[in-house]
Amino acid sequence: MSAESTDVVIIGGGIVGSAIARELSRYQLAVILLEAETDVAMGTSKANSAILHAGFDAKPGTWKGKLNVRGNHLYHQLWQDLSLDVDWMGSLVVAKDDAEQATIEELLARGNQNGVPNLEILSADQLLEREPNLATDVTGALWAPSAGVVCPFGAVFGFIENAIRNGVTLLRECPVQGIVIDNGRVVGVVTPHGVIRARFIINAAGIQADAVARMAGDNSFTIHPRKGEYILFDKTVRQLVNTVIFPTPSKVSKGILVSPTVHGNLFIGPDAEDVADKDDVSTTAAGMERVINGARRIVPQLPLAAAITEFSGLRAASGDGDFILRESETAKGLIHAAGIQSPGFTAAPAIAEVIADILREAGLALIEKAEFNPVNPPRRVFREMSWQERAEIVARDPLFGRVICRCETVTEGEIVATIHSPCGAVTVDGVKRRTRAGTGRCQGGFCGPRVTAIISRELGIPVTAVRKDGIHSFLFSDKLPGVCEVSTDEQP
Amino acid sequence: MSSLKFDVAVIGGGPAGLAAALSARTAGAKDVLVIERDRELGGILQQCIHNGFGLHRFHEELTGPTYSGRFIRQVKADAGITVWEDTLVLEVRNDKTIWAINPQQGLIGITAKAVVFAMGCRERTRGAIRIPGLRPAGIFTAGAAQRMVNMEGYITGKKIVVLGSGDIGLIMARRMTLEGAKVQAVVELLPYSNGLTRNVVQCLEDFGIPLHLSHTVSFIHGKDKITGVTVAAVDQDRNIIPGTEFELDCDCLLLSVGLIPENELSRGIVDLDGLTSGPTVNQYRQTSYDGFFAAGNVVHVHDLVDFVSEEGDIAGKFAALYAQGKLPTATNVVAVKAGQGIRTVVPQRISWPDSSGKVRLFMRAQEPAVRVKLKIAAGEDVLVERQLPIARPGEMIVVDVPFDKIPDCTQEISVTLQAVQGGGLRE
Repeated sequence: MSAESTDVVIIGGGIVGSAIARELSRYQLAVILLEAETDVAMGTSKANSAILHAGFDAKPGTWKGKLNVRGNHLYHQLWQDLSLDVDWMGSLVVAKDDAEQATIEELLARGNQNGVPNLEILSADQLLEREPNLATDVTGALWAPSAGVVCPFGAVFGFIENAIRNGVTLLRECPVQGIVIDNGRVVGVVTPHGVIRARFIINAAGIQADAVARMAGDNSFTIHPRKGEYILFDKTVRQLVNTVIFPTPSKVSKGILVSPTVHGNLFIGPDAEDVADKDDVSTTAAGMERVINGARRIVPQLPLAAAITEFSGLRAASGDGDFILRESETAKGLIHAAGIQSPGFTAAPAIAEVIADILREAGLALIEKAEFNPVNPPRRVFREMSWQERAEIVARDPLFGRVICRCETVTEGEIVATIHSPCGAVTVDGVKRRTRAGTGRCQGGFCGPRVTAIISRELGIPVTAVRKDGIHSFLFSDKLPGVCEVSTDEQP
Repeated sequence: MSSLKFDVAVIGGGPAGLAAALSARTAGAKDVLVIERDRELGGILQQCIHNGFGLHRFHEELTGPTYSGRFIRQVKADAGITVWEDTLVLEVRNDKTIWAINPQQGLIGITAKAVVFAMGCRERTRGAIRIPGLRPAGIFTAGAAQRMVNMEGYITGKKIVVLGSGDIGLIMARRMTLEGAKVQAVVELLPYSNGLTRNVVQCLEDFGIPLHLSHTVSFIHGKDKITGVTVAAVDQDRNIIPGTEFELDCDCLLLSVGLIPENELSRGIVDLDGLTSGPTVNQYRQTSYDGFFAAGNVVHVHDLVDFVSEEGDIAGKFAALYAQGKLPTATNVVAVKAGQGIRTVVPQRISWPDSSGKVRLFMRAQEPAVRVKLKIAAGEDVLVERQLPIARPGEMIVVDVPFDKIPDCTQEISVTLQAVQGGGLRE
């Protein structure tokens, strides 16, 4: 691989890098995406609120203001093409006093300026009619029907798999160790597999984007990790709210929200805490307490006993608060897509368009290729099938008749398919994020060992080489000589 | 897609389901179906290779697989019992239609005259108790680790901390020690162990494993793989006492923090008891919906498999009578309520007419106590009174009430546990 040469190297397999890869796959270009971890969507794209924001929050004229509404619009076109899980349920920003009521009026005006469609102020009565479980002292709300919820890692898989189908190369566990500069211009990246020569490098490294910039001698920005904690609830309490519920935002944060997920769970969070360590994705007792108290302000009756997991994520906040989308002044050919905090997930496909424009202006010829196929084949999700479809698929492929994850009804057929897909799962959590096996109330207590056995069999690696998630996250060691009984090649 | 009819369908082939199938046949059911989601019958017993099973039923100490093997052989020898393994029930409807799926037969629809729920229970997870920290590999529920060690031949770690001193946590502390692992400690939130006394002695004391009562894991360290935990003491309200924290190195944390009856299929058809998390049942283990019965850990979590099987015997017998139209409709129903000192009681109601002769009540104490009086009464009318030298939440209290003593009236029956002179809470 040391002699590898390409037009564009993208650093970072989050939502931004993947959306850029997919955008560039329209053109006659050689593109390689490098991901340091075992899988794409392992950083900020993994742990966030998973909201496709309407776009009333950002200041008009900023990148955020421009690209949020554009991104939301693009997702309305893209979600079916890419086979993403999206629910366009709309969002509410809830006010509880006169000051907050004034703020939502401001958000309405700002949203109209940003071009957000169909915004509306609801009275307290209208609000409680739609959301009877809210605190009774609400005074009104801003209703944004164009907002939605998405499966965040599912979206990354949708973009990257389409990119791979259209010719992009993905290299996982391939951290960038250096950037080679010649005469003020980037010419390649140093990786554990050798130097990959490239004419352009796109820095979409999320929380590490400043470190990547520094490798090219560019000290123009710093990424400050800001942690947010979340609590996720069982599907039995999904009916508590019908849409995404925000409190009235403060200067630093959109606040702690209560929202359904696209798969029918419910979550609360995030808080916002500046942390020093870019690896600090721990949850804390204090953070969970903040999240619970914040959520109780909006929804007093929180079913804490129905919590199934907690997690935290880091926002990649830049100094001035806006996205950094530009060519480096120090290293020509290095294009930054950095400082992508909220509404970065929503903006990602619009960011990808901007990056393509920057590349074009920087001298890269973007010639459309005739064979570009914008569509991913639909995924075969057993849980969502009719009885007739279930009967048919089991008759064709018996592995769809073996349910591995009981909580979420995920079959062996789906797990095998996802391991062998273009950006296939290689870890237990990789299978989880693609199929939902292990996301239910038992959190993998029953299916974890069985998923391990299937990964071992399908990838041809020993059970002891199967990892949970990260590079060194091995799950089991050998006890006795012998083979895992469920990992034999035995087919039904 | 095939469509089949059975007298009695039993969902779950563990100790409750197997006993129910056999007893349904004895009681005259012509065709009985057992649906098991795992690759073989026996349920969780198959991974319980330690001994101590069957003292009540067989008067010997058997291992889990030996105990279940006795039932499996009988079930397999009975031509009137159909067994589907590797089969998951996707849906049960209240007209007793069951949709199930497996790789061999595909999607299968069946109807039954009576249904027995025997799906067992599942383990509470880290998420349910909100342990702060990172999310590395190496955190397992004790049962999942037990399956890997005992059935698949892999170990989950070499330096281990166990959170929770229920029976599974205690047994896994011993098991991992016998596999050569160092068990650093068992950490228990409550001031007492919820496991059987014999397990505290045989699994911890005999191996010198420290038990930290009134402590919890307050933080999990390690990004990819767990590197250790912070342990802290808790006060009476179970809040962490600042300054008491200490660190334990480990490459594995085993969680034994409670079991929850698995009623995902039954929820929506039958009424559930908020405290047991299982269906409310009468003395026949008939649920609130006609023709649906339940037995074993799906009803309430047991300490001893012998009682699970016994409950299976009861549910199977009366499901068979129901299927044959021989179970008379209830003419009167009386509620059984957990009163002072008692957390749960099963069955939650008693129906007339009765053909069992006696009603066996299973109860759990609220808190550990010494020298207490158990009283079962209907209003002023005391049915049973018994002195107990010790009552522990971890050990079920089992009392038979002769049916003819129970007044045929609508007055509810209450069960209470009160301290007698010199007795009271143990801690």
